[in-house]
Amino acid sequence: MSLIHTLARLEAVESGRAQPLATVRHRHLAARPLVFVPLTTAGEAGAPLGALVGADRERPRLLLVPQPRDRDLRFAFLSDLAEELLPYVESFADETEPAERAETDPETGKRVKVEVELCADAPQLIVPSLAGIEFVRLLGRSMRFRRTAEQDPDTPYPAPPRVPLLGRWLTHFAERARVPGSALIAAMTELLSRHWATGQSSLEDQHLGALLAWIDPPGEGRDGEGSGAAAALRAETARDEAGQLLCPPAGPATDPAFDNKLLAPAIERYDRARSAVAAAEDGLAADRHLAELTAAEREIAALVESRTRPTWDAVWRGLDLLAALPEGERAAERWTRDRWSYTGHRDRVLAGEPPQPRLDDAVTAANKLATRETAQARLEAQEALDDPLVMAGRRLSGEAFGGEVTEVVMAYTESKRPSPRPLVTLRTDDSPHLAERAKVYRSLAGKPQSAQFVGYDEEGGVVLRILDKMGRGKEPEEGSVPVKGDRITWTLFEHTPRGGPSLPEPEDTPWTHGGPPGEGAQAPDPVTPEDVL
Amino acid sequence: MTPDPTRTHRPDAPDDRSPSDGPPSERSPSDRSPFDPSAEAARATAAILHDTLHGEARGVVVDSPPGAGKSTLVVNAALELAAAGRPLMVVAQTNAQVDDLVLRLAEKQPDLPVGRLHSSDADPYDKALDELDHVRKSTKAADLAGLDVVISTAAKWAHVKNVEPWRHAIVDEAYQMRSDALLAVAGLFERALFVGDPGQLDPFSIVGSEQWAGLSYDPSASAVSTLLAHNPTLPQHRLPVSWRLPASAAPLVSDAFYPYTRFRSGTDHGDRSLSFGVPSDGSGPDRVLDEAAASGWGLLELPARHTPRTDPEAVRAVAEVVRRLLDRGGATVSERSPDPAPLTADRIAVGTAHRDQAAAVRAALAELAVTGVTVDTANRLQGREYDVTVVLHPLSGRPDATAFHLETGRLCVLASRHRQACIVVCRAGVAELLDEHPSTEPVQLGVTVKFPDGWEANHAVLSHLAEHRVPYRPQ
Repeated sequence: MSLIHTLARLEAVESGRAQPLATVRHRHLAARPLVFVPLTTAGEAGAPLGALVGADRERPRLLLVPQPRDRDLRFAFLSDLAEELLPYVESFADETEPAERAETDPETGKRVKVEVELCADAPQLIVPSLAGIEFVRLLGRSMRFRRTAEQDPDTPYPAPPRVPLLGRWLTHFAERARVPGSALIAAMTELLSRHWATGQSSLEDQHLGALLAWIDPPGEGRDGEGSGAAAALRAETARDEAGQLLCPPAGPATDPAFDNKLLAPAIERYDRARSAVAAAEDGLAADRHLAELTAAEREIAALVESRTRPTWDAVWRGLDLLAALPEGERAAERWTRDRWSYTGHRDRVLAGEPPQPRLDDAVTAANKLATRETAQARLEAQEALDDPLVMAGRRLSGEAFGGEVTEVVMAYTESKRPSPRPLVTLRTDDSPHLAERAKVYRSLAGKPQSAQFVGYDEEGGVVLRILDKMGRGKEPEEGSVPVKGDRITWTLFEHTPRGGPSLPEPEDTPWTHGGPPGEGAQAPDPVTPEDVL
Repeated sequence: MTPDPTRTHRPDAPDDRSPSDGPPSERSPSDRSPFDPSAEAARATAAILHDTLHGEARGVVVDSPPGAGKSTLVVNAALELAAAGRPLMVVAQTNAQVDDLVLRLAEKQPDLPVGRLHSSDADPYDKALDELDHVRKSTKAADLAGLDVVISTAAKWAHVKNVEPWRHAIVDEAYQMRSDALLAVAGLFERALFVGDPGQLDPFSIVGSEQWAGLSYDPSASAVSTLLAHNPTLPQHRLPVSWRLPASAAPLVSDAFYPYTRFRSGTDHGDRSLSFGVPSDGSGPDRVLDEAAASGWGLLELPARHTPRTDPEAVRAVAEVVRRLLDRGGATVSERSPDPAPLTADRIAVGTAHRDQAAAVRAALAELAVTGVTVDTANRLQGREYDVTVVLHPLSGRPDATAFHLETGRLCVLASRHRQACIVVCRAGVAELLDEHPSTEPVQLGVTVKFPDGWEANHAVLSHLAEHRVPYRPQ
């Protein structure tokens, strides 16, 4: 945690209110995001209990698995989920704009520009918390290797038609979530804690209700009932007379008190009614038991809705809070990368490629790591450039410095065609960690201009030698060199970090990394006795 | 043991080995008595060169403890390969390491055609290379084709495409190279000698990589662990003697950080000494200097307190120790120079865990008008050597012990840079802090557990330092 972040937390503790960590919104928000609030069953990994899903705040669709251990009901749930999610995800596929991408020409080996399609917009999935993203990953993994009857008529338990495709998309969303700064899928707790610091620990910040209580407490006041701290405590612990949490956890895990006292008896009633229907000997009895079954199912639906609806509303409230912040300038550039990611997966699906493999091969893993490291460096740079509050944090930690230009002396390179290398002196109150001949950067009309640290003058001013962006002539172009009195912020970090070198193709994996990966077909995990407990 | 004046201190003493001696590498130092470090080191080197030049395996791995003559080994192996008419590429991790290797090669064999592949940034290489007649420099590998030895960083090699692969490569600091960096360059060579120190800092990534933990080719793991996971039968050697660490330090560093691959010091007690012309003034810094001069270790212990990372008192104490070290006219005697040599600023280093701590120490030193002393983080001190080091303990003043601060390699680097003495500045209470923070890193399936863990290594070093403790209450 940076010093400025710690300070913001201390201030939050003192004031009883969350403190801003940003002056702009650092993540793109889609015009029409899809909110997904899943619940899972205790005791079985990847067994959904139900979900609220939809892009319409007023009319979420409730999906339900009344008996979460029943695989047929689970497939029906996943099929319903596919019906809700896939039309939304696919609705962005058709509207495209032309774009260029650099590709390696297979014949000449040269990098050439290729005209390709780029989707004009992309879907955005919002889940309440990080655990929600993990659940999306789990659902994706459980579905993408399933085979439908159409794909394989001999498959013993065929999946409903669109379920494997949903698995591939959810896998793509969850994998994209690992790229720093991406917004194809976002956890509300992460979005909020990026922009506000609360007076609680970052672990406690993963409770959406408590987090919102700090940021937007229901009452007024400093220490008393209305403070964020009191509201957060209430959100975490307050229970009604029946012992149920007033603010249910954002899931996907549910509160044990809810599981034991409400959910388990309701599921038991459902199970009883179902066996009664099956055992009914005449039509009349069957009708009666069917009515009981419907009632039992409705009861579970009401229970699930009562635990997801508060979270649903909290997510939308979070979106309101975030939408009130103006979007950071460079967030759009990162959203374009999300659009590329979406377009790429759309194309892979269209091309009939197989689902994402269970494990990355060596080259894919290395490529992903390289992409994410570049994305992380880019995100840190862009957030600082977009937001003076973030830049203040970097200045405080010695990674940037701001100040007024006190002197500019023209100087030139000692070559046949001298180029300008003006010396600029800056008076600053910051204490940057400038190493000998360190390179520093400033933003000049959106492009980074670099300079070299020369030394300190007698009054402690920082002397820099400007290196580039001054045009080709002997005299620097108008406006490309600072003048006395300019206030400039220089950073020690690069503004547009470069990606690494290209790696070999997977089929050229060298001997040090086990050689090319085998062609083994990707099958679903084999069923083990633990699966059918 | 008295140093033999006719013998260099390096393991490459030319008189007692030849490459065709055969590979008696598995003989352990304890089989022979008395222990003859030069002979042991020469034997290990001979076995390594034999495997490299005549072995069948595609790779040879050499583990080298701190200061065991790793660079000398790399230079020798390169010269042997070149002499055998086998051009090779050398992969190092930083430009400084590359330049250092080029200079060492040129020093050893000035007429050897060497290529220095470099980036197109400003000042891509050490200007000293321009003085060397047989070193060609270029940004393009094609310009350097046909030279006996071509050297560059892993990052630069990764951009080299469409060239005929080299038959041989030497990968230096292979334990500090990431698996994905090896993936990018491994297509450039057919076989390679991998040299590195397993006890130093592991490579790291700035984003999470748990997703691949346990995979043999985890891109964030070290190059050697991927290499050995896929090629478990490769011959592995280790250098048995540290020429850098004095006899006072080698046993501790070996026990604490290399418990299963022990090494010895190349020098004995009494071979080296540190003395001061100016007597002690009785202050804490002076007393800890005397303790360190006498025993090789000193712990300047400040009162227990939770502090910010750049603890002003501790930083000030570090600066005072360095100031007194220079003011008291330190003189060193070693097997290199039997006559006392003055301890100058360039032979002193200050090591910290964080960059802001290094910056704070630099500022404090500037206030005391000290110049020329190296102040850097453990990461940047890797592979460097000084007579005396002053270390700000990574856990000093902390309220918690995170994985970063407990990392074995960090403490190992800080405690193994010195030829004479190491002085640690620390707040009291670190032992209690360790006891309150047992390692709680999640266990990942398929990941080889590294021994010792940082917790254990920290305790081992602390309990040794406790015997050289000088309490100090700053004014």
